[in-house]
Amino acid sequence: MSNFKINVRESSTINVLDLKGYLDAHTAPDLEKAFQNLLEEKKYKIVVNCRELTYISSAGLGVFMAYIEDVRRNHGDIKLSNMSPKVFNVFDLLGFPLLYDITKDEAEAIEKFTSVKK
Amino acid sequence: MKTKHLHILSETEKLDLVRHFIHEAARRFGFDEESASKIMLAVDEACTNVIKHSYENAPTKGIDIDIVTNEKRFEIVITHEGRPFDPDSVKTPDMKKYLSQYRRGGLGIHLMRSLMDKVEYRTSRDRRNEVHLVKFLPTNSDH
Repeated sequence: MSNFKINVRESSTINVLDLKGYLDAHTAPDLEKAFQNLLEEKKYKIVVNCRELTYISSAGLGVFMAYIEDVRRNHGDIKLSNMSPKVFNVFDLLGFPLLYDITKDEAEAIEKFTSVKK
Repeated sequence: MKTKHLHILSETEKLDLVRHFIHEAARRFGFDEESASKIMLAVDEACTNVIKHSYENAPTKGIDIDIVTNEKRFEIVITHEGRPFDPDSVKTPDMKKYLSQYRRGGLGIHLMRSLMDKVEYRTSRDRRNEVHLVKFLPTNSDH
Protein backbone atom coordinates (compact mmCIF):
# COMPACT_ATOMS: atom_id res chain seq x y z
CA MET A 1 0.00 0.00 0.00
CA SER A 2 1.44 3.32 -0.98
CA ASN A 3 -0.29 6.53 -0.08
CA PHE A 4 2.48 8.74 -1.41
CA LYS A 5 3.48 9.49 -4.99
CA ILE A 6 6.17 11.57 -6.62
CA ASN A 7 6.05 12.79 -10.17
CA VAL A 8 9.31 14.13 -11.55
CA ARG A 9 9.28 16.74 -14.29
CA GLU A 10 12.84 17.08 -15.49
CA SER A 11 14.20 19.70 -17.81
CA SER A 12 17.65 20.93 -18.67
CA THR A 13 17.42 23.77 -16.17
CA ILE A 14 14.81 23.38 -13.46
CA ASN A 15 13.38 20.13 -12.14
CA VAL A 16 10.02 19.91 -10.46
CA LEU A 17 8.94 17.22 -8.00
CA ASP A 18 5.18 16.95 -7.55
CA LEU A 19 4.39 15.38 -4.19
CA LYS A 20 1.06 13.72 -3.55
CA GLY A 21 -0.39 12.17 -0.40
CA TYR A 22 1.22 11.33 2.90
CA LEU A 23 4.92 11.95 3.50
CA ASP A 24 5.94 10.15 6.70
CA ALA A 25 8.66 7.81 7.97
CA HIS A 26 7.33 5.09 5.69
CA THR A 27 7.31 7.11 2.50
CA ALA A 28 10.26 9.48 3.14
CA PRO A 29 12.74 7.00 1.54
CA ASP A 30 10.89 7.46 -1.79
CA LEU A 31 11.58 11.19 -1.65
CA GLU A 32 15.21 10.55 -0.70
CA LYS A 33 15.56 8.37 -3.76
CA ALA A 34 14.09 11.09 -5.98
CA PHE A 35 16.60 13.63 -4.62
CA GLN A 36 19.46 11.18 -4.98
CA ASN A 37 18.54 10.59 -8.62
CA LEU A 38 18.50 14.31 -9.36
CA LEU A 39 21.80 14.91 -7.58
CA GLU A 40 23.45 12.02 -9.41
CA GLU A 41 22.49 13.77 -12.64
CA LYS A 42 23.90 16.99 -11.19
CA LYS A 43 20.50 18.63 -11.23
CA TYR A 44 20.57 21.12 -8.42
CA LYS A 45 17.76 23.53 -9.25
CA ILE A 46 14.76 21.84 -7.72
CA VAL A 47 11.21 22.99 -7.10
CA VAL A 48 9.05 20.81 -4.87
CA ASN A 49 5.41 21.38 -5.67
CA CYS A 50 3.37 20.49 -2.57
CA ARG A 51 -0.08 21.17 -4.06
CA GLU A 52 -1.31 17.62 -3.49
CA LEU A 53 0.75 16.92 -0.39
CA THR A 54 -1.82 16.29 2.33
CA TYR A 55 0.46 15.42 5.23
CA ILE A 56 4.07 15.74 6.32
CA SER A 57 5.87 14.56 9.45
CA SER A 58 9.42 15.30 10.60
CA ALA A 59 10.70 12.29 8.65
CA GLY A 60 9.65 14.13 5.49
CA LEU A 61 11.11 17.44 6.67
CA GLY A 62 14.35 15.62 7.42
CA VAL A 63 14.74 14.71 3.75
CA PHE A 64 14.85 18.40 2.80
CA MET A 65 17.41 18.96 5.56
CA ALA A 66 19.54 16.12 4.22
CA TYR A 67 19.95 17.51 0.71
CA ILE A 68 19.77 21.29 0.99
CA GLU A 69 23.43 21.76 1.90
CA ASP A 70 24.68 19.66 -0.98
CA VAL A 71 22.34 21.37 -3.42
CA ARG A 72 23.31 24.90 -2.33
CA ARG A 73 27.01 24.08 -2.40
CA ASN A 74 26.47 23.37 -6.07
CA HIS A 75 24.79 26.75 -6.64
CA GLY A 76 21.31 25.28 -6.69
CA ASP A 77 18.38 25.34 -4.29
CA ILE A 78 15.35 23.40 -3.15
CA LYS A 79 12.36 25.72 -3.35
CA LEU A 80 8.99 24.64 -2.03
CA SER A 81 5.71 25.80 -3.54
CA ASN A 82 1.92 25.48 -3.36
CA MET A 83 1.74 24.33 0.26
CA SER A 84 -1.63 23.95 1.93
CA PRO A 85 -1.95 25.93 5.19
CA LYS A 86 -1.92 22.65 7.12
CA VAL A 87 1.38 21.49 5.63
CA PHE A 88 2.88 24.97 5.86
CA ASN A 89 2.05 25.04 9.56
CA VAL A 90 4.33 22.04 10.19
CA PHE A 91 7.21 23.69 8.31
CA ASP A 92 6.52 26.88 10.22
CA LEU A 93 6.52 25.19 13.64
CA LEU A 94 10.09 24.12 13.02
CA GLY A 95 11.21 27.45 11.64
CA PHE A 96 11.79 26.21 8.11
CA PRO A 97 10.66 29.46 6.46
CA LEU A 98 13.85 31.03 7.85
CA LEU A 99 16.03 28.77 5.80
CA TYR A 100 13.92 27.55 2.91
CA ASP A 101 12.44 29.49 0.07
CA ILE A 102 8.71 28.75 0.23
CA THR A 103 6.67 30.32 -2.54
CA LYS A 104 2.97 30.64 -3.18
CA ASP A 105 3.09 28.89 -6.51
CA GLU A 106 5.42 27.01 -8.81
CA ALA A 107 5.76 29.83 -11.32
CA GLU A 108 7.11 32.12 -8.60
CA ALA A 109 9.70 29.52 -7.58
CA ILE A 110 10.84 29.05 -11.17
CA GLU A 111 10.94 32.81 -11.66
CA LYS A 112 13.27 33.10 -8.67
CA PHE A 113 15.64 30.59 -10.22
CA THR A 114 15.68 32.31 -13.56
CA SER A 115 15.90 35.90 -12.35
CA VAL A 116 18.84 35.40 -9.99
CA LYS A 117 22.16 34.55 -11.55
CA LYS A 118 24.40 32.72 -9.13
CA MET B 1 -12.80 7.73 32.25
CA LYS B 2 -12.86 6.06 28.84
CA THR B 3 -10.16 4.13 27.04
CA LYS B 4 -9.44 2.92 23.51
CA HIS B 5 -6.68 0.59 22.45
CA LEU B 6 -4.65 -0.23 19.35
CA HIS B 7 -1.80 -2.69 19.02
CA ILE B 8 0.60 -2.50 16.08
CA LEU B 9 3.81 -4.13 14.97
CA SER B 10 6.82 -1.83 14.87
CA GLU B 11 6.70 -1.05 11.15
CA THR B 12 6.48 2.39 9.59
CA GLU B 13 3.82 0.95 7.29
CA LYS B 14 1.50 0.92 10.30
CA LEU B 15 1.73 4.69 10.86
CA ASP B 16 -1.22 5.20 8.55
CA LEU B 17 -3.38 3.00 10.77
CA VAL B 18 -2.22 4.87 13.88
CA ARG B 19 -3.08 8.23 12.33
CA HIS B 20 -6.61 7.10 11.44
CA PHE B 21 -7.14 5.72 14.94
CA ILE B 22 -5.97 8.90 16.66
CA HIS B 23 -7.65 11.34 14.30
CA GLU B 24 -11.03 9.66 14.61
CA ALA B 25 -10.83 9.44 18.42
CA ALA B 26 -9.73 13.08 18.74
CA ARG B 27 -12.57 14.31 16.53
CA ARG B 28 -15.11 12.21 18.45
CA PHE B 29 -13.77 13.61 21.71
CA GLY B 30 -14.54 17.11 20.48
CA PHE B 31 -11.35 18.52 19.02
CA ASP B 32 -11.68 20.56 15.84
CA GLU B 33 -10.01 19.40 12.64
CA GLU B 34 -6.88 21.50 13.23
CA SER B 35 -6.31 20.19 16.76
CA ALA B 36 -7.09 16.60 15.76
CA SER B 37 -4.47 16.87 12.99
CA LYS B 38 -1.90 18.21 15.46
CA ILE B 39 -2.52 15.36 17.91
CA MET B 40 -2.31 12.88 15.05
CA LEU B 41 1.05 14.28 13.96
CA ALA B 42 2.44 14.20 17.52
CA VAL B 43 1.47 10.54 17.87
CA ASP B 44 2.98 9.74 14.46
CA GLU B 45 6.23 11.35 15.66
CA ALA B 46 6.20 9.39 18.93
CA CYS B 47 5.56 6.06 17.17
CA THR B 48 8.20 6.84 14.52
CA ASN B 49 10.74 7.42 17.30
CA VAL B 50 9.82 4.13 18.94
CA ILE B 51 10.12 2.23 15.64
CA LYS B 52 13.37 3.89 14.53
CA HIS B 53 15.22 4.45 17.79
CA SER B 54 13.77 2.30 20.56
CA TYR B 55 13.38 -0.78 18.37
CA GLU B 56 16.04 0.21 15.82
CA ASN B 57 13.72 -0.72 12.95
CA ALA B 58 13.16 -4.31 14.10
CA PRO B 59 9.75 -4.96 12.50
CA THR B 60 8.38 -7.72 14.74
CA LYS B 61 8.15 -5.83 18.02
CA GLY B 62 4.95 -4.57 19.52
CA ILE B 63 3.66 -1.10 20.26
CA ASP B 64 0.53 -0.48 22.31
CA ILE B 65 -1.37 2.72 21.89
CA ASP B 66 -3.98 3.62 24.48
CA ILE B 67 -6.22 6.64 24.55
CA VAL B 68 -7.41 7.62 28.00
CA THR B 69 -9.93 10.42 28.24
CA ASN B 70 -11.25 12.17 31.28
CA GLU B 71 -13.42 15.29 31.16
CA LYS B 72 -11.34 17.67 29.01
CA ARG B 73 -8.16 15.65 29.11
CA PHE B 74 -7.17 13.55 26.07
CA GLU B 75 -4.15 11.40 26.78
CA ILE B 76 -2.34 8.99 24.49
CA VAL B 77 -0.04 6.42 26.08
CA ILE B 78 2.42 4.67 23.76
CA THR B 79 3.96 1.61 25.38
CA HIS B 80 6.92 -0.40 24.08
CA GLU B 81 9.67 -2.71 25.29
CA GLY B 82 12.50 -1.18 23.33
CA ARG B 83 15.28 1.10 24.44
CA PRO B 84 14.00 3.84 26.73
CA PHE B 85 14.19 7.33 25.41
CA ASP B 86 16.07 9.96 27.33
CA PRO B 87 14.24 13.23 26.76
CA ASP B 88 17.08 15.19 28.32
CA SER B 89 19.29 14.11 25.45
CA VAL B 90 17.27 16.39 23.18
CA LYS B 91 17.19 19.99 24.27
CA THR B 92 14.67 22.34 22.74
CA PRO B 93 16.87 23.84 20.07
CA ASP B 94 17.28 27.35 18.78
CA MET B 95 15.68 26.43 15.46
CA LYS B 96 17.46 29.05 13.39
CA LYS B 97 20.83 27.83 14.58
CA TYR B 98 19.70 24.23 14.39
CA LEU B 99 18.49 24.52 10.81
CA SER B 100 21.55 26.42 9.68
CA GLN B 101 23.62 23.48 10.84
CA TYR B 102 21.40 21.20 8.75
CA ARG B 103 20.84 18.87 11.66
CA ARG B 104 18.29 16.25 10.98
CA GLY B 105 17.54 14.36 14.18
CA GLY B 106 15.42 15.60 17.04
CA LEU B 107 12.87 17.37 14.86
CA GLY B 108 10.17 14.94 15.95
CA ILE B 109 10.68 15.62 19.65
CA HIS B 110 10.56 19.34 19.03
CA LEU B 111 7.32 18.95 17.07
CA MET B 112 5.73 16.81 19.79
CA ARG B 113 6.55 19.42 22.41
CA SER B 114 5.14 22.17 20.19
CA LEU B 115 1.93 20.33 19.33
CA MET B 116 0.92 18.87 22.69
CA ASP B 117 0.23 20.36 26.12
CA LYS B 118 2.33 17.74 27.87
CA VAL B 119 4.93 15.16 26.79
CA GLU B 120 6.29 12.73 29.37
CA TYR B 121 8.46 9.62 29.32
CA ARG B 122 8.14 6.93 31.96
CA THR B 123 9.55 3.48 32.57
CA SER B 124 7.33 1.06 34.47
CA ARG B 125 8.60 -1.54 36.93
CA ASP B 126 8.20 -4.31 34.38
CA ARG B 127 10.59 -2.38 32.14
CA ARG B 128 7.96 -1.28 29.69
CA ASN B 129 8.56 2.22 28.46
CA GLU B 130 5.78 4.71 28.06
CA VAL B 131 5.41 7.95 26.17
CA HIS B 132 2.54 10.07 27.46
CA LEU B 133 1.07 12.77 25.23
CA VAL B 134 -1.64 15.01 26.66
CA LYS B 135 -3.88 17.61 25.06
CA PHE B 136 -6.73 19.43 26.76
CA LEU B 137 -9.92 20.51 25.07
CA PRO B 138 -10.04 24.32 25.00
CA THR B 139 -12.08 25.68 27.90
CA ASN B 140 -13.49 28.60 25.92
CA SER B 141 -14.88 26.50 23.13
CA ASP B 142 -16.32 28.32 20.15
CA HIS B 143 -18.99 25.68 19.83
